[in-house]
Amino acid sequence: MAKPLSHAPISCGVEKLSATDTQAGANSLRSGPDGRGRFGIFGGRFVAETLMPLLLELDAAYKAAQADPEFHRELDYYLKDYVGRPSPLWLARRMTEQLGGAKIYMKREELNHTGSHKLNNVMGQILLARRMGRTRIVAETGAGQHGVATATVCALFGMKCAIYMGATDVERQKPNVFRMRLLGAEVVPVTAGAGTLKDAMNEAMRDWVTNVHDTYFLVGTVAGPHPYPQMVRDFQSIIGVETKEQILAAEGRLPDAIVAAIGGGSNAMGIFHPFLDDPEVKLIGVEAAGCGLDSGRTAASIERGKPGVLHGNRTYLLQDDDGQITEAHSISAGLDYPGVGPEHSWLSDIGRAEYVGATDQEALDAFQLCTRTEGIIPALESAHAIAYAARIAPAMGRDQIIVINISGRGDKDIFTVAEHLGVKL
Amino acid sequence: MSRIARRFATLRAQGRGALIPYVEACDPDYDTSLATLRGMPAAGADLIEVGVPFSDPSADGPTIQKAALRGLKGGSTMKRVLEMVRAFREGDNETPIILMGYTNPIEAYGPERFCTDAKAAGVDGLIVVDMPPEEADLLAGPAAASGLDIIRLVAPTTPDARLPVVFSGASGFVYYVSITGVTGTRTASTDELAAALPRLRRATDLPIAIGFGIRTPALAASAVRVADAAVVASALLNTLEGTLDADGKATPRTVPDVLAQLRGLADAVHAVDKTDSK
Repeated sequence: MAKPLSHAPISCGVEKLSATDTQAGANSLRSGPDGRGRFGIFGGRFVAETLMPLLLELDAAYKAAQADPEFHRELDYYLKDYVGRPSPLWLARRMTEQLGGAKIYMKREELNHTGSHKLNNVMGQILLARRMGRTRIVAETGAGQHGVATATVCALFGMKCAIYMGATDVERQKPNVFRMRLLGAEVVPVTAGAGTLKDAMNEAMRDWVTNVHDTYFLVGTVAGPHPYPQMVRDFQSIIGVETKEQILAAEGRLPDAIVAAIGGGSNAMGIFHPFLDDPEVKLIGVEAAGCGLDSGRTAASIERGKPGVLHGNRTYLLQDDDGQITEAHSISAGLDYPGVGPEHSWLSDIGRAEYVGATDQEALDAFQLCTRTEGIIPALESAHAIAYAARIAPAMGRDQIIVINISGRGDKDIFTVAEHLGVKL
Repeated sequence: MSRIARRFATLRAQGRGALIPYVEACDPDYDTSLATLRGMPAAGADLIEVGVPFSDPSADGPTIQKAALRGLKGGSTMKRVLEMVRAFREGDNETPIILMGYTNPIEAYGPERFCTDAKAAGVDGLIVVDMPPEEADLLAGPAAASGLDIIRLVAPTTPDARLPVVFSGASGFVYYVSITGVTGTRTASTDELAAALPRLRRATDLPIAIGFGIRTPALAASAVRVADAAVVASALLNTLEGTLDADGKATPRTVPDVLAQLRGLADAVHAVDKTDSK
């Protein structure tokens, strides 16, 4: 069926699921997950029985909200006037010239309030939590971007907020920890394991299971038990919806490639999803290769992991032969996670999206390239996407187009970068 | 009749409730956990839960988390856990053994091979914490083919309308998670338990065990007054932890102290006369 190439004004709403399904048709790659929350063999709801009734309630509440125009009106209002959407699609002229190949556009998610794409999802979920009558929010955070976004909306709506953060991440993301506390959130350092995102996720789930009566678990990425991967994707799809309209307005055609960094994968899923049924658009997810894909110190779950079950879903995981989860490593706290969203695992298996790696060093180089050529200090997470785009752009034609998702700004990372550059602040 | 069904039938005939202690495999080493396991029946264990260490036990409290990490450090693998059960079975062919763990190590081992090997080792039932009925098809077929009981968890948050879903495909007994929370933290009140049990009884004829937060002989006794069994895990693991040396190694006190505590719990449970109940 023909793709509707809409030139309608940019809407701020999340993708309306029912409409998507109808438009997309039976062979669409956008119709998942199935009734069990599965994308192929991935996804599902692997949680303790205590949580299962809550997930069923959440699924029903989300479906009801999706079908309610008032919910979309409310979300549109906050996305426009509070988050600051739509975010611009920027033609990166100097970087394009320097790389000497494909034309590079940047989707400027770092310009959102709180400095990353995280607020898109958080805004959707907090409105849902309010509809469900919850008064307390718990969340996990790695780099602190999701924690800050969550603490922000909790301040906005006067809700109690507990953020679980690995002790290692608390140490390397001090500015965000202080920001969350300023916003009134309780930041709980988690010392279990390596003290990173995986451990924070475990602890947030323990809090939720203990406080189910009043607490909403606000997951920050497209992972976890169903319906979280779907819900977070839907709320983040605004990135891709806008990108599509903006690139059509600027170039009259779709891009040749979209490149986004992958930790859990929410910014990538958000920009990929509206393009899944456009096979001419190559979708590239850049995982954190850490010290190198084969160094044993990596966070590249798809490239170096195996399918398994963690944190409520089946997906590619870094694990040993006995099914024990191994520690991830990345310079970027936001990508330092041994798993990935289940829809990415599925997109990789069916070959619709390609997953590659960028090392810590490549990310650092790209961080500086972007800063010097465009005057945009990107998050270290986003720098992984820039690194890969910089690798492929020179070999592409000048008439070809790459869109990079700049998922966050890098102010939070300047201490880490300074340390690696040998600069004492 | 499975070992689990046989054991509960015997207990019922005797008018007694069951004590189900928990031992984490390879915590802090293989020999210590095997010695503890072997000593448990004589110390009053009616059934035994063997914990399969997992790196990310997200439904467990700090005590079991630490035990799992000690178990992994102590060399636990699924193969090693099954070896331990096989070694136990050489001297005990009656006490039911239930493996408790998470989905991923089973999936990594291969569900079919796991069920075959577990049955051959002498395992009787499985509790998979993060496998609700909605995901149970991964194990249902292989477990049934091997004759392993699937023990279902039911929680205070499980609404009445959902109970038939939870109990469909359940066998052996039912494990009532008596609190909303993780293991070894809060304790359910007698009133909460008294209110919960009748609604479960209406939905299943299987024996009901109560777990989470049972830490003293008195709590264990009050649990079996309303239910058929009490599960004690964190309290025993805390005792074990207290006997370890500065390097986390077992000491001569480790096994005897855990078994002595178990004896106290078992005596309290077995003193409850259930002849008239049900």
